[in-house]
Amino acid sequence: MSTESMDCNELVELVTAYLDGALDLDTRARFDMHLLDCDGCENYLQQFNATVRTLGAIRDGHLDPDFRDRLLRAFGNWH
Amino acid sequence: MPAIGEDEADLITALRAGDEAAFAHLVDLHTPALLRVANGYVPNREIAEEVVQDTWIALVKGINGFEGRSSVRTWLFTVMINIAKKRGMRERRDSEVAVMAFTGGTVDPARFRAVGEEWQGHWRENEEPSPFPDTPEGSALGGELIDVARRALDTLPERQRVVVSLRDMMGFDSAEVCELLDISVANQRVLLHRGRAVVRQVLENYLRDAT
Repeated sequence: MSTESMDCNELVELVTAYLDGALDLDTRARFDMHLLDCDGCENYLQQFNATVRTLGAIRDGHLDPDFRDRLLRAFGNWH
Repeated sequence: MPAIGEDEADLITALRAGDEAAFAHLVDLHTPALLRVANGYVPNREIAEEVVQDTWIALVKGINGFEGRSSVRTWLFTVMINIAKKRGMRERRDSEVAVMAFTGGTVDPARFRAVGEEWQGHWRENEEPSPFPDTPEGSALGGELIDVARRALDTLPERQRVVVSLRDMMGFDSAEVCELLDISVANQRVLLHRGRAVVRQVLENYLRDAT
């Protein structure tokens, strides 16, 4: 395992790769070891996860009824 | 993401039989998300609607040949994005290069201790992030944060907005997004990370101002 440590400003750029499981294992180990000792980065990761969850809760608006009718008419014309 | 499920096979059978209710069900399910993503490719809402309409027509025309190798949703997005690209519109290579060339951080560098200081590269005192509060589903604060996040998402540069929408709002995985948008895994991750980081900062500001 790499003994090189990771700084906070490096960690914050790797969060998405970390969450995607895309970091090489040495880098992942440095990331995990850093988190153990750093409340700021642990909180940053929590904020990032909360952000992803919040984005996942956004719902698209309702479909414009006129546009919906147009689409359904198009279906009728093709059948 | 599951490929084709039992329910979807039923829907396709119904579509082949000309069942309008099955079509309406799919339209209601997928059209808002299709419009959202189509808007990232074309200059206005009207053209986005045309692109989405052409996509549905392509599904209806092609339903007999639909083999269910992908889900209907993935099929719809693949076709929609191809149509949207052909409609033409914008030269995107420049913006892609600009994203890749951008080497700056996604967090204000002033929040970290400068080079040469003790603990360089670590959070400055008073700049450490605090946890976001738990917001149970349906809570007032949770609803506010969703609105704030939606507005922040709408302000993102288009490619970031499309990637964040597909990954985080609609739940496509990394490989699917790369294939849909014809971008590399690395580029997809840069766009996703930058977009998420902007939304995170907006939420952090909102929560700080609210307390």
